[in-house]
Amino acid sequence: MILSAVFSILFYLAFAVFSVGLVKRLLLYWRTPAPLVIPTTPAPLTNIGVAGRLFREVVFFESLFKGSKWTWLFGWLFHFGLLLVLLRHLRYFTEPVWGWVVALQWVGIYAGMVMLVGLIGLLVRRFLVDRLRYISSPSDHLMLLLLIALAGSGLLMKYVWHTDVMALKTFSLGLITFNWAPLPNDPLLLVHLLLVIILLIIFPFSKLLHAPGVFFSPTRNMADNPREHRHVSAWAHAPTTADEKS
Amino acid sequence: MPVPPKEKFDVPRIEEVFSIPAIRVNAMAHSKPFVAKPEHQEALGFPGKLVDGWQDAALDKMEELLGKYRSIRVFLDSCVKCGACTDKCHYYLGTADPKNMPVARQDLMRSVYRRYFTVAGKYFPKLVGAVDLTEDVIEDWYRYYHQCSECRRCSVYCPYGIDTAEITMAGREILSSIGIGQKYANEIIGKVHKIGNNLGLPEPALLDTLGGLEEEVEEDTGASVKFPLDKRGAEVLLVTPSADFFAEPHVDGLIGYAKVFHQAGVSWTLSSYASEAANFGIFIGSYENMRRVAERVREAAIELGVKRIVVGECGHAWRVAYSFWNTLIGPFDFLDPSHPVPQHICEFTHELLNRGALRVNPDKNDDKVVTFHDSCNVSRGSRMGSVPGGQFSIPRNIIKAACNHFVDMAPDTTHEHTFCCGGGGGLLTDDLVELRVKGALPRVQALKQVIDDYGVTHMAAICAICKSQFSKVLPFYDMGMDMVVSVHQLLGDALELDGAE
Ligand code: SF4
Ligand code: SF4
Repeated sequence: MILSAVFSILFYLAFAVFSVGLVKRLLLYWRTPAPLVIPTTPAPLTNIGVAGRLFREVVFFESLFKGSKWTWLFGWLFHFGLLLVLLRHLRYFTEPVWGWVVALQWVGIYAGMVMLVGLIGLLVRRFLVDRLRYISSPSDHLMLLLLIALAGSGLLMKYVWHTDVMALKTFSLGLITFNWAPLPNDPLLLVHLLLVIILLIIFPFSKLLHAPGVFFSPTRNMADNPREHRHVSAWAHAPTTADEKS
Repeated sequence: MPVPPKEKFDVPRIEEVFSIPAIRVNAMAHSKPFVAKPEHQEALGFPGKLVDGWQDAALDKMEELLGKYRSIRVFLDSCVKCGACTDKCHYYLGTADPKNMPVARQDLMRSVYRRYFTVAGKYFPKLVGAVDLTEDVIEDWYRYYHQCSECRRCSVYCPYGIDTAEITMAGREILSSIGIGQKYANEIIGKVHKIGNNLGLPEPALLDTLGGLEEEVEEDTGASVKFPLDKRGAEVLLVTPSADFFAEPHVDGLIGYAKVFHQAGVSWTLSSYASEAANFGIFIGSYENMRRVAERVREAAIELGVKRIVVGECGHAWRVAYSFWNTLIGPFDFLDPSHPVPQHICEFTHELLNRGALRVNPDKNDDKVVTFHDSCNVSRGSRMGSVPGGQFSIPRNIIKAACNHFVDMAPDTTHEHTFCCGGGGGLLTDDLVELRVKGALPRVQALKQVIDDYGVTHMAAICAICKSQFSKVLPFYDMGMDMVVSVHQLLGDALELDGAE
């Protein structure tokens, strides 16, 4: 019971840190001016085109594909594995479970393995390539290990040491409805959940900020139209003819 | 004729197959440019020498820049150390110094940013690679922020579009602001503020040079091609890098522009007040200096009462003009709105070619097999024409109109993937020759391949820095310095001018 209470509190705390930290960061990005037009060209000329560029960047990792095929492959496998796994986990937070989430369940399992393959590929590259070894700091390795442990513990629960998913669901629904319920007392599950809590807490303070960062990157989110539209920001503009007169 | 290298360093060997070098720590730690003298610093509004309390001053400046540029903030936060950029920089490929990998170059600043401006770095510095801003760190900044030509090649491949050029600019701005600017760039900017061009060429000398060119062209072609200076009421103000006035092969490009204006019958003028398209303000990351340099163009255009502004062949100048002028010195409501402002000389010429307004005979260039070097700032920081990628097709179309024999270099070294000449970004100075020679390696490699495979004799460029840089470094690789030509030299040579015009 104490354990359940501790985990409940930790989850609320983690969620608070995650959301407040992230919102603060996003506001900071939002409010910081982009004084000059600096898209990496050739770039789309319109905002619709920019939306397309960002879409390709987020969904296909377009630039990374140009940059490194191996990193692209492992990175893409990891991220899209992760996406499916997260969607699969929606079943723990919905009652009744939405139809498409039910339909996704079997894919989600394989996605977990794909995710793990991607992560291990990324970790191996980090050790094997001398250039990557040079630029990696402990946090870069630990981040991968954390995610590997997270995916690994999840898969182990599916295949080896099962946990009581119904009780877990009661617990997670209880968290969102403030109707607290006990957590199954499985060490593997506790490890899995603890890793989730850690991930949520470090998100706004780590390189995981790349996820929102890509949308704010001026080389990707600006349209190439400086001759047609005069770009000005709070501090960067010339005294215009009008200003001079006033 | 190739000049044997005198400097004391090994010129990299051109390999058959290009390979990524294994890292050699500190391979270029000895490379740094001369520090600006107090008078060069002060003319730009920077302190003359290293300020007392430089550490706090640097951190204050960094905080200021973090608040002024979204790029810096987002780029410093977002890097995941994926490594996609590590083998993309010509300076890494040419020197193998790991601090010349774009991400490592950013990390010089990121590690300080983390230490002082992030929670993780304040409490767990070792974990996230955060470091104190020590003298060693500042020295590394000075070294390695002057081993980046701000070419943006790395930004093409980064999944978050992280542009190391932005970080380099910020690094240099911080360095200048605490009193340790770079002599070459800051001295030159001072000359522009004072005299109007990078060379410090005053009006009489300019007039003289242009007069000489008129005689020369008349002798060669029989046509009385004019090189007008400060001609009020001309239709076009041409702003061109001052190297075009006297340096080889640049000046042949200027002659080419003049021939185009002549045959098209468009009245034009140069300005003695704004006799420089180059704007080294971008190189040192100083918005204010960049604005001051650009402001001269606005003033000259108003003063001369022109209708259009056309910019000559220069890479970073075109980036500043195309991407930044409207912000820096706009709006251009005093110019004719039916033409793009500003317009690149290649856009101008291309339009005339399309209209059939130029009489070109490409057979005149039949002694040449030409390839084209895409300049980094044009390729990745600007555009020409009305569709993305016009900056690649328009100069090529001009060359193809002027020459029967054109071949491109390998696709992973052209267009958006182009390699810097090795001398851009304010590094075109003799105190950095080793860096320049080594940084040219990837381009030279691609050039060698088309020489061997297709008998290429000339490489055309549309950038004053590229032209100077290649003239200097090609001999180190046993290639002739006269291989480098201006695009408008090729066109000018192919124009059918007659004395009657
Ligand atoms: S901007 Fe160019 S020179 Fe600078 S790090 Fe990137 S690739 Fe290298
Ligand atoms: S490509 Fe971008 S994210 Fe990857 S290491 Fe380089 S700068 Fe960092």
